[in-house]
Amino acid sequence: MHLIVLFLIGVIFGTGIVVSGMANPAKVINFFDVAGTWDPSLIFVMGGALIVTAVGYRIVFGRGRPIFEGKFSLPTARNLDARLIGGSAVFGIGWGISGFCPGGALPALGTGRIDVIAFVAAMLAGIFAAKYLQSLSRARAQAAQ
Amino acid sequence: METAFTPWQSLGGGVLIGTASVLLMLAVGRIMGATGILAGIFAPASVADMSWRLALLLGMLTGPAVYWLATGGMPEIAVPVSMPMLLIGGFIVGVGVTYGSGCTSGHGVCGMARLSPRSIAATITFMIATGLTVFVVRHVIGG
Repeated sequence: MHLIVLFLIGVIFGTGIVVSGMANPAKVINFFDVAGTWDPSLIFVMGGALIVTAVGYRIVFGRGRPIFEGKFSLPTARNLDARLIGGSAVFGIGWGISGFCPGGALPALGTGRIDVIAFVAAMLAGIFAAKYLQSLSRARAQAAQ
Repeated sequence: METAFTPWQSLGGGVLIGTASVLLMLAVGRIMGATGILAGIFAPASVADMSWRLALLLGMLTGPAVYWLATGGMPEIAVPVSMPMLLIGGFIVGVGVTYGSGCTSGHGVCGMARLSPRSIAATITFMIATGLTVFVVRHVIGG
């Protein structure tokens, strides 16, 4: 039951991504190409998603707890550090080069297109490489103590 | 390459993305962030943790099929980028979202909706970086 609900939430998300144009790199890159073939459509994706989420979260948080878990698992970090800003800048460079963000690419995998599969494989390689580097620096920090 | 301006379709897609984000919070109390959901599959805290992530991801993959059932056509996916650039971009995206702890869905939608200062800073940063990158690729190098 629980997993069927999660599957259906994934269906809604994946359909929304595909309908919105976020899975289409030509459209994503054009959104950022203000100096060229500008297509402002994606501001409507962001606007629609943000309004629904901001209002919906207020209602959900008002319940006190989620349905299938004992408590909400929300990010607790508060600090604006170099890792957050630097990582986000690096992500933006990759998004600008490829036109795919993770949430746009995952539903697009469902088309079976080889270029989407290649992008996701390269992205996973980047995630694993970064996680490995993070574990090395954690180990170094521990050794220094 | 021109793309058609689709305000209503994009707004409708955005409403669906927001609806899924709210429902995920209601169901398991989690942020709908593609980066976190995907990365967690490879380092799950438990079998239950792995299974909700996989169920969600499998649902996401049906997006194009649902679109096809509803409209009779496949969604338009045009990749105006060469394969080497797609692979380089993909690797850079993977590194960036790991250090930045999130992407467009996690920071840009869910975090911004919670008015998280980290997510607001992250979203402003990657939007500027993406815009500058597109400008350089299209008008400095490509121009």
